[in-house]
Amino acid sequence: MEKKKVNINRDDVVIHVDNISKSFGDLHILRDVDLKLYNGENLVVLGRSGTGKSVLIKLISGLLKPDKGDIHVLGEIVNQLDERELRDLRQRIGFSFQNSALYDSMTVRENLEFPLVRNKRNLTRAEIDKEVEEVLEGVGLSQAINQMPSELSGGQRKRIGIARTLILRPDIMLYDEPTAGLDPLTCLDINSLINQVQEQYQTSSIIITHDLSCAKMVGDRMVMLLDGKFERQGTFEEIFNTDDERVKPFYDYNFID
Amino acid sequence: MGRKIEKLLIEFARIHRFMMSFLREAVSPPYEFKEIVRQCYEIGWKSFPLISLTGFIVGFVFTKQSRPSLEDFGATSWLPNLISIAIVRALAPLVTALIASGKVGSQIGAELSSMNVTEQIDAMEVSGTNPTKFLISTRIIATTTMIPVLCFYVAGIGLFGGYLSIATKDDLSILAFFTQVFESIAAKDVFAMVLRAVVFGFTIGFASTYVGYYSSKGTEGVGKAANAAVVSSMFLVFIEELLIVQLLSLIG
Repeated sequence: MEKKKVNINRDDVVIHVDNISKSFGDLHILRDVDLKLYNGENLVVLGRSGTGKSVLIKLISGLLKPDKGDIHVLGEIVNQLDERELRDLRQRIGFSFQNSALYDSMTVRENLEFPLVRNKRNLTRAEIDKEVEEVLEGVGLSQAINQMPSELSGGQRKRIGIARTLILRPDIMLYDEPTAGLDPLTCLDINSLINQVQEQYQTSSIIITHDLSCAKMVGDRMVMLLDGKFERQGTFEEIFNTDDERVKPFYDYNFID
Repeated sequence: MGRKIEKLLIEFARIHRFMMSFLREAVSPPYEFKEIVRQCYEIGWKSFPLISLTGFIVGFVFTKQSRPSLEDFGATSWLPNLISIAIVRALAPLVTALIASGKVGSQIGAELSSMNVTEQIDAMEVSGTNPTKFLISTRIIATTTMIPVLCFYVAGIGLFGGYLSIATKDDLSILAFFTQVFESIAAKDVFAMVLRAVVFGFTIGFASTYVGYYSSKGTEGVGKAANAAVVSSMFLVFIEELLIVQLLSLIG
């Protein structure tokens, strides 16, 4: 399935990861990492498990703090914000978790209402219902509104997780392994949904993945994290047109003849 | 050794930050009334069957065990006075707190820990919701208000158990029993009970939310958090009981 051409404004940087490093004890995960996300683009971050891809988006959303460097998001320096300022900024950032992270004691409706009623307290009941129904329809799961998360399949949970972030109409979407653990057809559905979100909501997104089919289908640009640094960037072809032994097996495993 | 002291100091700093964060979120609007009511239902109402049985048995057995000592002096008519003071002053708050530590503490510890493991707490944070306000404050407020309510109930049902124990041997009407009970209880006894129940309720809520919120990741972390919530709550309840007894005896 071909990705539609989208408008990317390369003069407008929405995220600038400026020379950051992050370690956990003696383990150096990210070293002097530099990255820019432009307005309207889908940027795919590739890399092996444990290379710090998820750490990167947790740093961007302020869940972790860098040891060194700054993270600029929508004009704010995330690592310098206080709790209240960070909460305000986070309303403009959607985060889709690898395991969906749905609140398992709440129904789908309550999951979707949760961020809405807490961030937009002046909404009426009718307005909340309208928003919930609209966003659920957008991800094609209107019928699941009264179900519990435990009653949903992996793909449905992913969709609801994405819907829950979309309900606040974010400017930026961060996807952590959106296709992990899903069958190929559901992966295609999720990839289409990511593209649909980009077009419909005009979001700029970072997609963390090691699924090259997903990367190829949703990415406008790609970067590859190797040994704690972004060593390769460009289009899919530019990334994999190399003899680098650290990159080749990645491609061979995903697209074996 | 130095590393252990450093870890201990870091832990104290984290507890202090957690407490300050709770106090700030508990008093500042917007308030999560709906969630507080839901937690009160979970903590209070759902504990009633277990609390009823335990309270009744404690009252019944305590009265039965006290009888022989008073019988030696021909003072069994003083049984209602003895059990009422013992139950209201010490047994009701302590029994309620210990049962709640086991039931409510483990529930809160495991729930928050599994939310932590499955990134639900992170999901709240990144959606601009304050998890301290929604998850922590509501549970601590609920335990602090519901444990005193349960404590009054345990006192009542414990006294009723005591009455049944007496009634199996003596010819005593329930009206006469409770008249004697209320004559022997002073306002300071009720104050001591409420003070204990409030302190114990807060402690159970605080300790269990703390260990659940800061649990280690993984399924093992959930089990450890549930266990740590019970152990730390019970341990702190006993320490506080000791301190409150000293404090009340100083006051008179």
